[in-house]
Amino acid sequence: MMEFTNLLLLTVILINFFTLGSSRLVACIRIVALQGALLALLPLLTHGLSFHSILLSAGAFCFKGILIPWLLLRAVREVRIRREVEPIIGFVPTLILGALTTAGAFLFADFLPLVAEHHDGLYVPVALATMFAGFLLLITRRKAITQVLGYLMLENGIFIIGVLLSEALPLMVEGGVLLDLLVGVFVMGIVLNQINREFSSLDTERLSALKE
Amino acid sequence: MIGKLVLHLVLLLLFAPLLPGIITKTKAIFGGRIGAPVLQLYYDLARLWRKGFVFSRTTTWVFLTGPVVGLVVPLLASLLIPFGALQAPVSFEGDLILFVYLFGLARFFTASAALDTGSSFEGMGAVREVTFSCLAEPTVLFALLVLARISDGLSLNTLFGSHLLAAWRSPAGASLGLILVCLFVVMLVENSRIPFDDPNTHLELTMVHEVMVLDHSGPALGMILYGASLKMMVLGALLVRLALPWQTGWWALDALIFLAGLAGIAVLIGVVESFMARLRLPRIPQMLIGTSLLSIFALVLVLR
Repeated sequence: MMEFTNLLLLTVILINFFTLGSSRLVACIRIVALQGALLALLPLLTHGLSFHSILLSAGAFCFKGILIPWLLLRAVREVRIRREVEPIIGFVPTLILGALTTAGAFLFADFLPLVAEHHDGLYVPVALATMFAGFLLLITRRKAITQVLGYLMLENGIFIIGVLLSEALPLMVEGGVLLDLLVGVFVMGIVLNQINREFSSLDTERLSALKE
Repeated sequence: MIGKLVLHLVLLLLFAPLLPGIITKTKAIFGGRIGAPVLQLYYDLARLWRKGFVFSRTTTWVFLTGPVVGLVVPLLASLLIPFGALQAPVSFEGDLILFVYLFGLARFFTASAALDTGSSFEGMGAVREVTFSCLAEPTVLFALLVLARISDGLSLNTLFGSHLLAAWRSPAGASLGLILVCLFVVMLVENSRIPFDDPNTHLELTMVHEVMVLDHSGPALGMILYGASLKMMVLGALLVRLALPWQTGWWALDALIFLAGLAGIAVLIGVVESFMARLRLPRIPQMLIGTSLLSIFALVLVLR
């Protein structure tokens, strides 16, 4: 069981690198959806079959793996965004930054005052690394929709930490987080539509030059 | 000792040309075609061997060293690596460095032979090949370092020893998974397979490896083709050992597992080639830097 979880978390890291290095928007959305779907397996693998973990898994799978990616893909189609990601700093520097933050996450996780049973696993470092990768995606991409993607990845990282705590965490909190995310993506979709109608471009760089 | 050496070479020399055949067949099946017979490369080699050399008057002896070194180097390198559970015939401390730079030697002579033709077109191919392989080199070295760290040895025999099975189950399994991915990418680059280079295309702007061997003909071309398939088998051997670390103790069964693993890798390459388009040229270094970072990260994981 432990090996399988490790392999899963490793795939999550591979997906982080893929999103940081990929130039295709649709491919990015699909792979982040895959990441969400894989993470949905995590509660089942960690805590075994119980009502709580099944509900958590099913919820995460529906939201992260199906619903939100579908909304994003729909937004790409409706708003007719160009299919390429436009980075503010190049792909190679982002990749290197991603690798540095991942390595940093692994080093840093060792210093955290964790419970003994969480110390050896990959959970905490992978969660931190995914969150950092999400941050990087948020910071370094111009398109509004890639920023939503970064937000999604950030949430994936939080979810991994959440799995560790899910015995103690009431279901309401998890559900709340997932709903928050959904609402966020909805709002972002509406905002995207509005921006598109007004400015004919989704480049967020231009928004910072707005004048009265 | 002699028996082991002979077995090693027989396996390598007989089985290697089958791999490109399997790849083409897989691609043909995915494309809905019947495709060339699996043994096509053997026929090609026999046909090329009966032909004569054609040399341009501008070339010197360097032109012929390219194919010869390209054929000899994989043979030498194969003696250093274990074929699945079959131990490598030659082994000493630090032979992993020799293994990596033997291929560097082959590359040097292939590129020199290409430059020797005096054609700017071949020079372009040489430039691309050297660029890509110098970016692929750190990945291999870091991957081997990870293995060295796990096995506490510096010869390829110990690196790919029987401890691998246990290592997959330990926390180090995560890094093994990462370097497996990295080595697969490197294998695709080094053998000029599709996402990086298309061995079948003859379009000037996109050729990388093929353009360097355009001027070779007859037996020299045969040597290049044979050398390329040997190289694929040698690099594939690393992957097979990593992915299938079982050993039974009977050499015949071990050899069978190894060959089946190689055939599996050939099928996998065929599948990848059927599903992916070629990457744009500027994207290739990016991808290779990505794999280098992954293997460095794998090293960080085992050092932790």
